[in-house]
Amino acid sequence: MQSDDVIWSVINHQFCSYKVKTTTQNFCRNEYNVTGLCNRQSCPLANSRYATVREKEGILYLYVKTIERAHSPANMWERIKLSNNYTKALEQIDSELIHWPNFTIHKCKQRVTKITQYLIKMRRLKLRQQPKLIGVKKKLDRREAVRERKALSAAHLERSIEKELIERLKSKAYGDAPLNVNESVWQAVLDRERNGGEANVELNGELGLLDDETDEEDENELEEEMEDEWGDREFVSDVSGDEEEDGLSDLEEAGEGSDEEESSEEEDSELENASPKTSLGKRKAPSKSAPKPSKTRPGKKSKRGPRVEVEYEQEMESVPLTKSILANW
Amino acid sequence: MLTSRFEPSSIKNKIKREEIARKSKKAKNQLKLQKRLAQAKEEANDPATKKKRLAENVPRTLDNTREFDPSILTADPSSSAGGSFSGQEEVAADLAADPFASYFTSEGDPSIPPKILITTSPKASTSTYDFCDELVGVFPGAEFIRRKKGKGFELGRIAGWAADRGYKHLCVVNEDMKKPNAITLVHLPNGPTAYFKLTSVELTKQIYGHARATPHHPELVLNGFVTRLGHAVGRLFQTTFPPLPEFQGRQVVTLHNQRDFLFFRRHRYAFRSPEKVALQEIGPRFTLKLRWLKKNIPAVQNFGEQPQPLAFDSDPTETEPKETASEQIPKKVVPPKQDEYIWTWKPELETTRRTFFL
Repeated sequence: MQSDDVIWSVINHQFCSYKVKTTTQNFCRNEYNVTGLCNRQSCPLANSRYATVREKEGILYLYVKTIERAHSPANMWERIKLSNNYTKALEQIDSELIHWPNFTIHKCKQRVTKITQYLIKMRRLKLRQQPKLIGVKKKLDRREAVRERKALSAAHLERSIEKELIERLKSKAYGDAPLNVNESVWQAVLDRERNGGEANVELNGELGLLDDETDEEDENELEEEMEDEWGDREFVSDVSGDEEEDGLSDLEEAGEGSDEEESSEEEDSELENASPKTSLGKRKAPSKSAPKPSKTRPGKKSKRGPRVEVEYEQEMESVPLTKSILANW
Repeated sequence: MLTSRFEPSSIKNKIKREEIARKSKKAKNQLKLQKRLAQAKEEANDPATKKKRLAENVPRTLDNTREFDPSILTADPSSSAGGSFSGQEEVAADLAADPFASYFTSEGDPSIPPKILITTSPKASTSTYDFCDELVGVFPGAEFIRRKKGKGFELGRIAGWAADRGYKHLCVVNEDMKKPNAITLVHLPNGPTAYFKLTSVELTKQIYGHARATPHHPELVLNGFVTRLGHAVGRLFQTTFPPLPEFQGRQVVTLHNQRDFLFFRRHRYAFRSPEKVALQEIGPRFTLKLRWLKKNIPAVQNFGEQPQPLAFDSDPTETEPKETASEQIPKKVVPPKQDEYIWTWKPELETTRRTFFL
């Protein structure tokens, strides 16, 4: 009933589910195989007398199979626990397999060595904190990239930054003599504050509070356009303009590095500021130059009253970075 | 009209079908245009109508239909009229008790920037180092130190050492596939630790028409942090910058929170008029998304440590010399053994697209 030769001839010449064929040699995937090779000596199926060493949760066991138990597969393997001590384990193998073939004894000992080594390495690795590896989730990444893109376009970053900065300027968060504001602009802010009553009434009357943002936007656009109108002429350097500065310009001269920029910027805004209160008159100016009928974007028409007909041109960025401005930085 | 009698699609002749379809489309567009022109004209005459229209037609966005979770949010804006005052008080109390409070209350010179240690994950590559260089330029008190090789340089341990050396923050740039992909920001000496996913990094060089940075301390704009968690993150970033900006530098660093994405930008500004600011970007720009927030500095799990029982046995006798020893060495910062998460992002938390946490 149990014939090793028959089994081996089937395994060798016909089929074995544990066999892994490679070009050079064949391997065995049976857990009880002591060497991992597919040959007559180390085949756990074709040997009714067999011994191997296995590790279960860090403990070594010697598995022994004898011919007397071959008829009952349930009790086929006899399991003997090996000592934690390496030399003792080897002695144990010697004593358990005392009259066995040398091949089996030798291979079992080799396996004990190998297993003890990998157990030691496992324990050493476990002591150290290893970086945790996380899989890349493509779908999640894609989803978040899309959401990020949409959030970015919803954020209107530059507009919100500008709004915040203006708010800080107006709420005097920069102190009474701010270093980051032009003399003329600051003067305009103070002026506006002084006769804030009138200005506010006028502004609020027309703009209202609800569509605050859009109004400001429109205003910005208006002004941007104005600047573009002026664009070429505005940034001409004028030494005499510098002399008129007092107080702050001295302060700014203390920081020498930014001296030049500052002065030129002051000149910029001087022109702008020449008529801070005549802004209404100024606003009319662009309308003449852009007499195109507002067919394309009727929704954008100004709410500043019937006097103004303005055609807006969409700009790529909310800030007009002309070359002359870039040069002044 | 033609369209009412014949559906263009039911006409068999292709030429005719196309012609009719074109005509009907044109008619429709004309109608629409006329309507809009009429509306524009009316609004030009009477600006109040436009105001009214805009007030009525507020588009619904993810941001203004956001779902509010009372457990994470400081105040629900819909019921803000009644509960806002106590809510604000609560927020103020919250903020006063959080780990960043010392930054705001400290008596030290407000123009001294807090020290920040910037390092990378082990085995970093060039792009990460480039990004770190940019970060060093952004934070006034930042210092870059290469991550040491070998064992025993865990994050928590580095954080402890940095805290002992007076650093206020530890910023670790993580790298994956040769690109920076995450930032861990640790507030020293005792937390919290935030881990952000890092995307869309653009260095200064890559930004067209960028300005040059100056070493002035920048201003800070933190936009859109509303929840309790959001406040924590916002203040975490606020504490990385010196309390007093140098306004003459006219630099502004922005961290804008929109739908839980934190957009980092740096600009130079110039006030052109009381209504207008000119901005020029300095860079870098990148986007962060919070993944988790830990209460403490990162834990170090030291399994190979000598077991405790030795001290246990001789507990009554040994206590006194131990105490004196701890007095001599002033409060070494020891990383904890266990991580304690305040908040972790999970995909299932985002039940709708209108749920935001920051």
